[in-house]
Amino acid sequence: MKVLFGVFLLTLLVITAVAIVRTKNLFVAVMLLGIFSLLIAANFFILDAADVALTEAAVGAGISTVLFLGALALTSEHERTATPHRLLSFAVVTVASLVVLYATFDKPTFGDPNAPVHQHVAPWYLEKTPEYIDIPNVVTAVLGSFRGYDTLGEVFVVFTAGIGVLFLLSARRGPSGRRQTAEPPGAAVGLRHDVIPRVVGRLLVPFILLFGLYVQFHGEYGPGGGFQAGALIAAAFILYALIEGEEQTLRALPQSALNALMVGGALLYGVVGLAGVFLGSNFLDYSVLASNPVSGQQMGIILIEAGVGMTVTGVLLSIFHAFAARDRA
Amino acid sequence: MEFLGIYYYWVFVVVLMIGFYAVVAKVNLIKKLIGLSIFQSAVFLLYITMSKVSGGTAPIFNDEITGLLYSNPLPQVLILTAIVVGISTTALGLGIVVRIKEEYGTTEENEIQEIDRR
Repeated sequence: MKVLFGVFLLTLLVITAVAIVRTKNLFVAVMLLGIFSLLIAANFFILDAADVALTEAAVGAGISTVLFLGALALTSEHERTATPHRLLSFAVVTVASLVVLYATFDKPTFGDPNAPVHQHVAPWYLEKTPEYIDIPNVVTAVLGSFRGYDTLGEVFVVFTAGIGVLFLLSARRGPSGRRQTAEPPGAAVGLRHDVIPRVVGRLLVPFILLFGLYVQFHGEYGPGGGFQAGALIAAAFILYALIEGEEQTLRALPQSALNALMVGGALLYGVVGLAGVFLGSNFLDYSVLASNPVSGQQMGIILIEAGVGMTVTGVLLSIFHAFAARDRA
Repeated sequence: MEFLGIYYYWVFVVVLMIGFYAVVAKVNLIKKLIGLSIFQSAVFLLYITMSKVSGGTAPIFNDEITGLLYSNPLPQVLILTAIVVGISTTALGLGIVVRIKEEYGTTEENEIQEIDRR
């Protein structure tokens, strides 16, 4: 049964990917990409990666679709040029496929507990998490504490990408840029005049926010954590913006607050790391934060997860607003 | 299980190469970015496939049930952060495409090269 389900999901994945590449209509391609993300999230879930599935569903199917649509609104919805050098591309891709396929024959059997990937540090993480950190979710323990350096780096990458988008899109339009005709004020402010999206959306937004906070603060016990929560909270505000319009959303959560979230989250992470140094241990060692090493670890993880959540929320919403503001200008 | 394992690896290769094809063959810049997202997702799938232990479960402890076999948490952590980093870099790419559209009036690569040659 599980084999059948896996094969079904994987086959759908391939079909969707082919459809995405074949279609000339970019709007259709973006919508299919959302479905592709959802399918891959389902795959992650049956492969025991609950945390990853949650992230992919929130980020891939939610935020990424919105960002692509925002970019499409500013560019064009159709691919104009037919693919040149189609045969040459096919040849290159075929050769590359054969190389990678050849490599897969050397890979360990699927699910083999003796595969090299399961021999290195992973068993140690599984064994020592109850002793050192004592939280049920090992993924959060590894993410927050054992591999805290990694996560700090990722947070800074997200932060840098957010700043990059703000730099790119807040620049004034050059003289060669084609100015779009401004919409008359109040003409198309979100979906405020459509009853069903408005009612359903307003009903959903607080629950999505609540779920986001639950995922943030329950990340130590179940699937969840800062990355997923940040994406969910950003999605709630994006939904609000789609219903009530940009202005209203920026009034609820102004850009200055988003900047503060972005910077504050990254800073909080760094400060927690430095606190360890000042209390006489290593960078990002949380054991010294409380009198008892285990509760110190737990406190550190909760703090850095909060930082991650703040940065991810701030960055994703800033990027969304940057695209939307460009559309209005 | 044997068949499913081979199937997972092959789907990884096929999806990876579909993304690769979109990146090298397509002329539209947004389509290239979409291809890059697919390529990226295929890599995620490979990592998560490798983290699976047959008979295992998600690496979240339960006080009542002990002696369970858990899947490998490490690749999951790597991919979890990679997904969020991936969307941020994709957004950066989209930002660049939007600026290119504003400067050149097109998102087709060949037309951009044409304008540059002039």
